[in-house]
Amino acid sequence: MISKKNKLALFNPLSQENPVLVQILGICSTLAVTASLEPAVVMGLSVIVVLALSNVIISLMRNTIPSTIRIIVQLVVVAALVIIVQQFLVAFSYDVSKKLSVFIGLIITNCILMGRLEAFALNNRPWPAFLDGIGNGLGYTIILVIVAFFRELLGSGTLFGFQVIPQWCYDHGYENNGLMILPPMALITCACIIWVHRARNPQLQEK
Amino acid sequence: MDNLKPHFKPGGKLAKLESVYDGMESFLFTPNATSASGVHIHDGNDLKRTMITVIVALLPCLLFGMYNIGLQHFLAIGQPDAGVVSMFIFGLLALLPVIVVSYGVGLGIEFISAQIHHKEIQEGFLVTGLLIPLIVPINTPLWMTAVATAFAVIFAKEVFGGTGMNIFNVALITRAVLFFSYPSKMSGDAAFVKTDSAFGFGGGQMIDAYTGATPLGQVATNVGDTLTMTGVDGSQLSLCDAFWGTIAGSPGETSVACILIGAIILLVTGVASWRVMLSVFAGGLAMGALAHALPSATYPASMLDPLAHLCYGGFAFAAVFMATDPVTGARTHTGQFIYGFLIGVIAVLIRVYNSGYPEGAMLAILLMNAFAPLIDHCVVSFNIKRRLNRAKAK
Repeated sequence: MISKKNKLALFNPLSQENPVLVQILGICSTLAVTASLEPAVVMGLSVIVVLALSNVIISLMRNTIPSTIRIIVQLVVVAALVIIVQQFLVAFSYDVSKKLSVFIGLIITNCILMGRLEAFALNNRPWPAFLDGIGNGLGYTIILVIVAFFRELLGSGTLFGFQVIPQWCYDHGYENNGLMILPPMALITCACIIWVHRARNPQLQEK
Repeated sequence: MDNLKPHFKPGGKLAKLESVYDGMESFLFTPNATSASGVHIHDGNDLKRTMITVIVALLPCLLFGMYNIGLQHFLAIGQPDAGVVSMFIFGLLALLPVIVVSYGVGLGIEFISAQIHHKEIQEGFLVTGLLIPLIVPINTPLWMTAVATAFAVIFAKEVFGGTGMNIFNVALITRAVLFFSYPSKMSGDAAFVKTDSAFGFGGGQMIDAYTGATPLGQVATNVGDTLTMTGVDGSQLSLCDAFWGTIAGSPGETSVACILIGAIILLVTGVASWRVMLSVFAGGLAMGALAHALPSATYPASMLDPLAHLCYGGFAFAAVFMATDPVTGARTHTGQFIYGFLIGVIAVLIRVYNSGYPEGAMLAILLMNAFAPLIDHCVVSFNIKRRLNRAKAK
């Protein structure tokens, strides 16, 4: 079950082949949903579910899909899964689904999904494909949560909506940084994470 | 100083601080290092002299800014006859901490960065460090200035490779970061006039008719068909006040007269480009005239006449000291005209037609900073094409 290759499929995307930090995929949603932690976590979970399941389904069908129409088949599978996730969120967590608005629907166009389906699911058996989906989804979620952590903490002084920075600081002149809530700071936070990541992994640095 | 030198050379006990020593040596003395080979023209006009020229050009604005901080303060507490000296001392006490914070944070980061990369410390921050206190409203809390300065120096300068490599004007980035991070502290009534005492000096009660908004801030919220602008004590303002600078605003930007002195210094010494300066003013006048030709109560700033656009707010200061930054601006001569003209047009455009921003000069320059390389590229490739055609015609 857990061979060395499968372990790589699961754990490599967390750092060495992180879809956001190294492949620079899925940046648009990283910018859009990270103003606070709650939507970031929900978005991350949704991507994990959709990615893992679509990887398995495509992997099961990999020998029967004609390669000329494979993109269409992949889109149909992903779209169906995304709609299920979206309806699930609307039913059980309406507020968050409103905050995430179109971005759950836009998982269909998330580059990470198409990338994994094309690069991995089409050539591998269902079990490794499932692990690969979980791994890449987790790698994406980790970055989302880190970015959202800093943006919510510095921008609103809260974490998951709870006040973290004490009132004492505000009384002594501290103020939330309004810029952190604006989309540009998501890019800069993301860039800082990439900076730290490359500094710790010199083999990833481009020449 | 020379006796200390061996300690800082590789192998000495303070070798890690070599770039600090080197920076101090070339800042305080003229270095006696000369090139060893080839033919060279020697000229004392190095980065240090350029920077110091700009500092000298900024001095009138700085000194008047200090006086004006005091003047606005004593007007606000109802003591308009407090005397020039005490006004100046109040302004000095109010502005000095900002200058110290700006230089301390900025130079600190530059020194650390130079140490890490084993590079020489460049003099580039000397001007930026003085520009920041002059364009940041006087009431901005010091820690905010420090955060914004650090952010700007790291993300607008050091990551691009330090002095001379930055795409955007560092001082303007500092102000932009402050403006978008802490909007409530950067605009409106509370930002531009220091009403409490400075180090216990000049305390007093506020007068009833007090308004702390800048003239442009008042224009932006103006209702009706006629513009009324008042000073901090409620008296009417005229264009003359704006020219001499006895109005509320960021410390360095109020006095057009002092800015003109600075401009003359910069132009006579050839440090700044007259093409940029002239075309910024031309652009502002053109756009101001266009807006003035179609006045409407929806956009109150369209009722300002074009000359007033140049005198109020930070337009003149930005045109003389910010737009002419040779690093972030266009470099080709034709490009400089286009670059400057568009800055003037966009600055007034933002002022008049975007009610969210009473002042547009900062955003206009940052926007054109991004386009400067493109302008240069177009000018150069147009030139190449024209010459090729001429060569073919023969």
